[in-house]
Amino acid sequence: MTAKVLEVQNLKKYFPVKTNLFGRGTEFVKAVDGVDFHINSGEILGLVGESGSGKTTTGRTIIRLLDPTEGEIIFDGQDITNTRKKDLRKTYEQMQLVFQDPFASLNPRKKVGNAIEEVLYVHGMKDRAQRRERVFELFDMVGLRGEEDKYPHEFSGGQRQRVVIARALAVDPKLIICDEPVSALDVSIQAQIINLLMSLKNRLGLSYLFISHDLRVVKYMSDRVAVMYLGKIVEIAPAEELFKNPAHPYSKALLSVVSGAGSGRKKKKIILEGEVPSPVDPPSGCRFRTRCKYATELCSEIEPQTKCLGDEHYVSCHLY
Amino acid sequence: MSQEILRVNDLGVNFYIEDRVIPAVDGVSFSLSKGETLGLVGESGCGKSVTALSIIGLLQTPPAKVVKGEIIFNGENLLDKSEDDMRDIRGKDISMIFQEPMTSLNPVFTIGRQISEVITQHQNVSNREALERTIEMLKRVRIPRPEKVVKQYPHQLSGGMRQRVMIAIALACSPELLIADEPTTALDVTVEAQILDLINELKDEFNSSIIMISHDLAVVSEIADKVAVMYSGRIVEYSDVDSVFNDPKHPYTRGLLGAIPDIDTDKLQRLQEIRGVVPRPDEIKEGCRFKTRCDFVSESCICEEPPFYQVDRNLVRCWNYA
Repeated sequence: MTAKVLEVQNLKKYFPVKTNLFGRGTEFVKAVDGVDFHINSGEILGLVGESGSGKTTTGRTIIRLLDPTEGEIIFDGQDITNTRKKDLRKTYEQMQLVFQDPFASLNPRKKVGNAIEEVLYVHGMKDRAQRRERVFELFDMVGLRGEEDKYPHEFSGGQRQRVVIARALAVDPKLIICDEPVSALDVSIQAQIINLLMSLKNRLGLSYLFISHDLRVVKYMSDRVAVMYLGKIVEIAPAEELFKNPAHPYSKALLSVVSGAGSGRKKKKIILEGEVPSPVDPPSGCRFRTRCKYATELCSEIEPQTKCLGDEHYVSCHLY
Repeated sequence: MSQEILRVNDLGVNFYIEDRVIPAVDGVSFSLSKGETLGLVGESGCGKSVTALSIIGLLQTPPAKVVKGEIIFNGENLLDKSEDDMRDIRGKDISMIFQEPMTSLNPVFTIGRQISEVITQHQNVSNREALERTIEMLKRVRIPRPEKVVKQYPHQLSGGMRQRVMIAIALACSPELLIADEPTTALDVTVEAQILDLINELKDEFNSSIIMISHDLAVVSEIADKVAVMYSGRIVEYSDVDSVFNDPKHPYTRGLLGAIPDIDTDKLQRLQEIRGVVPRPDEIKEGCRFKTRCDFVSESCICEEPPFYQVDRNLVRCWNYA
């Protein structure tokens, strides 16, 4: 059970924003700056944070759509940090990605069934009848039986997201990186997709890295949750534990503003002052110190180490 | 408290696109008292924004056209007003905050100019005085260093700051009615909390009435006194905020509330989903608009549109309460 599907160590991804005469970067956006976590087999790890915190970059770097600046990505026991692009195809049979925008992630000129057949062909299924059968099976699985010969524009947003999920499942992956899979959808449709993802996970024994800014959805879906702030994970804990006893001041504030419908008014909110600092020049020491009410001198000098609060609950804060 | 400021009666708006007539809003009625906040919720395409735009007179005609009903604001029907009269009312008596703080500010004018324009347009003040008022407004919406921000351009500010500027513009003339169309949808949760906090505070200060449009039930539950749930161009349930959220009556409202996982929703419990897809407004010609997705359809739902029934404190458009 506790086999790790994915382990990420000290992952960094910097984007150059200024370059010198020779095209070398001199100033960087530190989108992801030293992230460690792992995902167990059959587990859903939620990754939350505000826009610009580096969630999406983390996801894309893991699946090697972006090349990491530093760090290690170990997937299924294999180091894929520096695997060459053409050798990554083997990895992609095990790891897939579902994007946020179902309107932009399908080819408008291809029948959706054919688009999925192409995936199967590329991954070595050369027999046409066999491919066809697999497509029927996949469409059945995501609740779109008999809709293989339509074009993407004939589907609504929720249905397109089902097609995208079917495409990700085509190769029988172990891990799916879901990058905000429901945030572009209407509330009533969101629930359909969430239920679909959950039942597929149970049926096929998948693991998800579930990236979202919607804390309620993350809480519902995830086994463990990692909170990102400005390129770093500030806290990681089992979902129940994190929502009951958030330790990091940022997690506390973030969770306090999540309101359940109807219960919103009664709760005391922690309103954060100010804004997220620029990732080009993050604050020294602890990155949250500029907005943290517990900040001391120590916070500006030394970056806090990750500490274990017991039972898989880790936090990076000098308070502990 | 109960001084009525706005009454919308049987409003109907059609869109004429090519040969089709699309009834985006059909028979919407509600009223709003001074200092009260109405939440208008529903999914995309249900007619929330069209309702708001018809109140403030910003519907693009064509393709849209108000085909029936009246909008009584302070005793006068806004639909009878000329464009010039409306221009006087907009910004002074009724103003609006839009969803996209990125696109609703003019990129080539400074923040200061855009706020003071509203003030000089509606009030007879000198430029210097307008500038002072502008800085005062920026302070009110808690923008740090307002003297500097008045000289800046929109691209120099973050999303949250821009939305504050939008609020400052909307409140510059202390309007009696503020329409906020998804004011926090494009923002992060921590910024959303700041903005909602601010709107609540300013509401107390100016005693404005607010129409808060959102697809996020949680946001509405926090800020509204009354809630109208819209589906496919109609209000399907209308009541005070506690009754709608704690004791919803319409199958659609129930479905919506069940579809959002709450912080204490058990993981083993499957989320309640509303099957099918949101219909286009012109798709269902007769009967209840929700009949294609409802679990409690009966014969009367298929052919006849339900009227409003009073159930406890809620007004519900559903045959199940007949």
